Amino acid sequence: MGSALDVHRLHFAFTITFHYLFPQLTMGLALLMVILKTLALRTRDEHYNRAARFWAKIFGINFALGVVTGIPMEFQFGTNWAEFSKAAGGVIGQTLAMEGVFSFFLESSFLGLFLYGEKKLGPIGHWWAGFLVFLGSWMSGYLIVATDAWMQHPTGYRLLPGGEIELASFWGLLLNPWALAQYAHNMLGAVQTGCFVMAAVGAFYLLTRREPLHGRTFLRIGVTVGVIAAVLQLVPTGDLQGKMVALHQPPTLAAMEGLFLSQQGAPITIFGQPDVDKRRLDNPLEVPAMLSFLTYRQWQAHIRGLDAFPEDQWPDKIELLYYSYHIMVGLGTIFIAVMGLAALLLWRHKLYESRWMLWVLMLSVPLPYIANTAGWLTAELGRQPWLIYGLMHTAHGVSPRVIAGNAWFTLLGFMGMYTVLAILWLFLIYQEIERGPEPDSAVPSPQVSPASAD
Amino acid sequence: MGTVWFCLVAVMVAMYVLLDGLDLGAGAIHFLVAKTEEERRQVIASIGPVWDGNEVWLLAAGGTLYFAFPMLYASGFSGFYLPLMMVLWLLILRGTSIEFRNHVDSRVWIPFWDFVFSVSSLLLAVFFGAALGNVVRGVPLDGTGYFFEPLWTNFRLSEHTGILDWYTILVGVTALAALMMHGALWIRLKTSGELAERAAKVASLAWWAILVLTALLTMITFAVQPQVAANFKTWPLGYILPAIAVAGLAGVQFELRRRGELNAFLASATYLLGMLTSVVFGVYPMVLPARNPVNSLTVASAQAGAYGLKIGLIWWVIGMTLATIYLVHVYRSFAGKVSTEKNGHSYAD
Repeated sequence: MGSALDVHRLHFAFTITFHYLFPQLTMGLALLMVILKTLALRTRDEHYNRAARFWAKIFGINFALGVVTGIPMEFQFGTNWAEFSKAAGGVIGQTLAMEGVFSFFLESSFLGLFLYGEKKLGPIGHWWAGFLVFLGSWMSGYLIVATDAWMQHPTGYRLLPGGEIELASFWGLLLNPWALAQYAHNMLGAVQTGCFVMAAVGAFYLLTRREPLHGRTFLRIGVTVGVIAAVLQLVPTGDLQGKMVALHQPPTLAAMEGLFLSQQGAPITIFGQPDVDKRRLDNPLEVPAMLSFLTYRQWQAHIRGLDAFPEDQWPDKIELLYYSYHIMVGLGTIFIAVMGLAALLLWRHKLYESRWMLWVLMLSVPLPYIANTAGWLTAELGRQPWLIYGLMHTAHGVSPRVIAGNAWFTLLGFMGMYTVLAILWLFLIYQEIERGPEPDSAVPSPQVSPASAD
Repeated sequence: MGTVWFCLVAVMVAMYVLLDGLDLGAGAIHFLVAKTEEERRQVIASIGPVWDGNEVWLLAAGGTLYFAFPMLYASGFSGFYLPLMMVLWLLILRGTSIEFRNHVDSRVWIPFWDFVFSVSSLLLAVFFGAALGNVVRGVPLDGTGYFFEPLWTNFRLSEHTGILDWYTILVGVTALAALMMHGALWIRLKTSGELAERAAKVASLAWWAILVLTALLTMITFAVQPQVAANFKTWPLGYILPAIAVAGLAGVQFELRRRGELNAFLASATYLLGMLTSVVFGVYPMVLPARNPVNSLTVASAQAGAYGLKIGLIWWVIGMTLATIYLVHVYRSFAGKVSTEKNGHSYAD
């Protein structure tokens, strides 16, 4: 890790990975809180408002951390990636500026009202405040994904003789097909984080025999929304995303799958360790012809392996890319199984008594975070060696005057500060869960049959 | 079109200074005006619902700068690498301290975050001032359009400047004084009793410091950046901007004497607005002056493509209209004095 380029890459990777721990939860929770507020309005049951207030506290802590760790992201385009910014700022600056102007003002204005203005706003006004926070955070998600999608698959631009890239079509940039597919896939990932966290807290309450009504509500909503999101994550969004990669970034597909040799009826790898030097996969566990089928819906379709491309077009960290992709897909499959089983038990009115399932749900809480991180690693490592696919190499995008010594200095600073923030985050979230929601005093005893809670 | 965006970015930066300035200033004088735990809670409560929205102006201005002047964004941000990263760390510490402070009721937790809040606010005010000083003084840009400034060199205005030299430190101190007054007037407006009285005292002390520093700095700036004098000579109408600053400053003193709370704060905002617009007017058409004037980045050399700037104007106007509506709505919802009852307050649980 001697060269400045590597440090700048690690700098961005570290700060964005840490940052995205927070928005993935807040975007997911924003939807779930709107669901809680809607249930409160429709059933006129104060229980759902109490549940929403509890989640608003968790949301608030995560939102604050998302804000403070998000500011460095926008700045780093200029500080560490100056050549990239100079060339492409006229295009991606549009989406980034729109995020500030359209999303952040909306979110910051209405979050304050949502968190502290419930009495003043009344039930309908408070629902709207929650909805606008949801809208702001999901819009922000779109504008960031559109920015990344443009780097993955540039559209709506014109190349100038000096190497600068100019915006040629606003809607071309905003409605990039890659962005639409990536957004759907990404937001489902965020919803899954929200659902797993909500279900895990519910399971924790039931296992520790406290807050039984809240525990059931959290489980019911987390599992119901979670199973839908888990399935949609794979089909159609994951499938669509895979086809886009196959079409526009074929070397990336080969590297993700660990497919070194071009072949007909290419297998899909479940397990194995890539040996890039020897161009092979060690200890492979494969399903024959599956990759061909999934990509082209034909068992004997020809898939280009890495050998079909010159080495300078290969992603430069094939091993990490391969593992990121496999971890994402593996966990995604596990999520369908876990949420599917939990949903089945919920439907059969057995979930709240199935202690083993509650344990599984509670302990699964880190997994969606890992899957979302692995998914983004797949996207960004897969884009290599390009910074803007086909237009600019990553090596040509860094700031020419910021030496490795300065980049290390600030990277270590961020690492230290984020370690402290991570500890405080876990402590504060645990404290809120311990305090729990306001108890449902209207209910005399926790001995309510599961059916009546449904 | 470039000049239009130059003005729009300037407006957004000015909005950032006026709005986040009030909570940065409040932070800088946190321990000066608030002597008890309860008073410090009130200071935090007076900015709690608005600080986050205020900071969005920085992000929105940054984003707008990015797409309207990509070359400036690239050159300026990578050139100011070290101080910008430190600003980011301070912003992280400050945001965390405001949001985390009230989560644990402990004699260790709360004073710690109060301290972090105050120190980070104070340093940010100085850093932002020094950054402005750097832009006015000019940076060591070369023909490539890039530069890298160390934190300091020999503290003189030579060819190889650092972020900190006697001039930029002077601007930093002036900025701190100006934001201390701004923050003090905000606290005076939002609180009552001894806390508000102490804030008034801090504001009037800061006022005298600002008077001296502004006069001094104005004279020096004409010598440091020749473009300023040239612009005022070409467009004498520009003198209206420093006149606004003077009027604002006079207004603060006047309102402090007749105990006008909102008016004093607005006068302080007028002063800040006058100072910032004077600076912007003074360096135009440069967006980043170089120590060697040949290498300066100008509106024309740094702006993005015409199509992007035109389409940007459409969504910018829509977006900023919405943002202004939210802003008015939020400030009106939290209007009035911060409650003094521990459990009756609207913010901070």
